[in-house]
Amino acid sequence: MTGRTLAGQHPAEPGRDLAIGLRGASIGYGDVPVVQGVDLTVHHGEAIAVLGSNGSGKTTLARGLLGLASVLGGEVTVLGAPVGRLRERGRVGYVPQRHTVSGAVPATVREVVGVGRLARRGLLGRPTAADRAAVADAIDAVGLGDRACDPVASLSGGQQRRVLVARALAAEPELLIMDEPTAGVDAASQQTLARVLAEVSARGTTLLVVTHEAGPLAGVLTRAVVVDHGRIRYDGALAGAGPLAGDAGHHHPGDAEEHQGTAYRQHQPWTSSRPVRARDGEQ
Amino acid sequence: MEILQYEFMQRALLASLMVGLAAPAVGIFLVQRRLSLLGDGLGHVALVGVGVGVLTSSAPVGAALVAAIAGAVLIELVRARGRTSGDVALAVLFYGGIAGGVVLLSLAPPGQATNLDAYLFGAITTTSAGDLVAFGVITVVILSVVWLLGQRLYAVSDDEEYARAVGLPVLALNVVLAALVASTVVLSMRVVGLLLISALMILPSAVAQLLAGSFRQALLLACGIGLVVSVAGTTASYYTGTPSGGTIVLLAIALFLLVTLAVAVWEATGRRRHRRRVGLHAAHPHEHGEGCGHRPVPHDDHVDYDHDGHLHAPHRTGTGVHYDEHGEHPVPTRVEGKAGRS
Repeated sequence: MTGRTLAGQHPAEPGRDLAIGLRGASIGYGDVPVVQGVDLTVHHGEAIAVLGSNGSGKTTLARGLLGLASVLGGEVTVLGAPVGRLRERGRVGYVPQRHTVSGAVPATVREVVGVGRLARRGLLGRPTAADRAAVADAIDAVGLGDRACDPVASLSGGQQRRVLVARALAAEPELLIMDEPTAGVDAASQQTLARVLAEVSARGTTLLVVTHEAGPLAGVLTRAVVVDHGRIRYDGALAGAGPLAGDAGHHHPGDAEEHQGTAYRQHQPWTSSRPVRARDGEQ
Repeated sequence: MEILQYEFMQRALLASLMVGLAAPAVGIFLVQRRLSLLGDGLGHVALVGVGVGVLTSSAPVGAALVAAIAGAVLIELVRARGRTSGDVALAVLFYGGIAGGVVLLSLAPPGQATNLDAYLFGAITTTSAGDLVAFGVITVVILSVVWLLGQRLYAVSDDEEYARAVGLPVLALNVVLAALVASTVVLSMRVVGLLLISALMILPSAVAQLLAGSFRQALLLACGIGLVVSVAGTTASYYTGTPSGGTIVLLAIALFLLVTLAVAVWEATGRRRHRRRVGLHAAHPHEHGEGCGHRPVPHDDHVDYDHDGHLHAPHRTGTGVHYDEHGEHPVPTRVEGKAGRS
C-alpha cells in the first residue's frame, strides 16, 4: 500500500465531513516529495480546478488522493477516511491523463466502460441489471449511445476520452478526479464534457479537475487552486486564478510530470507499476 | 477413422483438445498486457519441477505445477516490490529454470525416464490415463477462473493504474493470472513441449485480435482457433510422423500469416475499390439534383439517382460530395479502426 498516513495518531479525524482534506500534506514518489506542506479543504458537492504548469505538482496532488502517489507527511483524507484506509475506492472516480484507450486486443465501448463498474461489484459479483443500466447510462451520458458496441479503437481521440469519462461515471462516484480531460480534445468533445460534468455536479458529485487551462470547463468549475513548485499559491474563485495559472507556464517547462506522462502512455505493464525509479533519477 | 482405433491416439487427441481450449483463454490476457513471453519464462521454471519430480520419483506433472506456480507468484511479488526490473527478473527465471532442470535431470539415477526431449518438445503419445485426469482437472480450473474473473483480469491487463486507483485487488489478480499461466504451462508441457509453450497461448489470440470486434469475441475466437489448430496439428502429426508440438505451432503460425495477409489485402482492396469508384465519379459532370436528367429514387433518409442502370448514393465528406455505388458505405468504420491499430 502506498498510503502512509499519520491519521492513526489523530483519533478525531478532522476530515470526516469533507470530500477532500489535506493538512500539511507532502505527496511524492519513493522518498521524494513533489507536493509539500499543502492544506486544502474541499466540501462535498464542490467543483474545483487544480491549475498549474507542467511539473508544478498538480498531477501528483491528484494521484495522492487516488493512492497512486505516496503520502510522505501530513494528512490526506478522501471521503472522510485517510487515503490509505479508504475501503470502497469505487466511490472515487478517476479519469487518467491518457489520450487514447490502449490495449492490444480489441474491446468495445461497453466493455471498457463496464470495467468502471467493477469496483462496485465486489470480488466475484456478476453484473446485475442495475450494473448494466449504470453502464448504459454512463455511455449515453457522454453521447456515445449509438457506438456502445463498436471497438474503441474505431473512435476518434476525443470520443475515446469520453469513453474514459464514461468508465469513471459508471461507478456513480461521489468524488470524480480527472487529469487533463480537455487536453488535445476537439471542441465538440469538450462541449460534451462540459455538459456531462454540469449534470454530474448538479447531482451532488464532487469534482476535482487537474488542468493547465480551465477555459472549456469554466461554466462548471467554480473554485480554483493554483499549484506551483509543489505548493498552493492561490485558492479561491476560478475567475481570479487566470493570470496566475497562465503565468506559471514559462518558468520550468518539461520537467518531471511530463516524463511521468510519457512513461504511462508507453504502457508497459511489466514495469508500469514502478515509474518511481525512472523518475528518481530525473529529480 | 484409423487414427481413433489406437488408445494412445485417443488420449493424445483428448489432451490436445483440452490444451487447445485452455491455453488461449489464458494467453489472451498476456497478449493484452503485452507480456507474451511470460509463458516461456514459466515453462523454463517448470523444468526445474520436472527435474525434482523425476529425481524423487514422484509425479513430474505435480512437481512441475508446484514449481511453475511458485515461480509465477515469486515474479509477481518481485514486480510489485519494484526492486528489480521485471525484465531482469524474467531473465533470471529463464536461465535459472532451464539450467536447474537440466542439472537435476542429469542427476537422476540410471533407469529413470529422463528423456529431456519429451519435456522440451512434447511427447503427446505418451499421455497416460492418469495424466488425462490431471489435465482435465487443470482445464476445468483454468476455464472456471477465467469465466469468474475474466472481466477483472481484463481490467488489470488493460489499465493496471486505473484498476489500482479504483481499488481492484491488483496484486491478487496479477498473482491469479500468473498462476493460471503456470497451470497452462504444465498442461501444455506434454502436448507442445516447454520450449513452444507460449506459442499455443499467444498465436490463437494474435489471430483473434485481427478479426474480433470485442474482447469477448476475441476470447471465444481464440479458444476456437486454439482447439482447431491443436487437434488438427495432433492429427496431422500422426500421419506425417512429425512431433505434435512443432506441427501444431507451425499450423498456428501458418494460420496467423494467412489471416494477417487476408486482412491486409481486404483493407487495401477495400480502400482501392472505394477510391476507384470515387475516382470514376469524382469527375462527375454534375451534382445530382432536380432536373439533372437522372431518375431520383428516394431511399430512407436520402435520394439515390439512377445512373445508367445503377444507383448513385450521395456521400458527403469534408471536401464535398461524391457518389457511391449503393450499399457500399456502411462498412468503413470497422476497417479504419483495424488500420489505425496495426
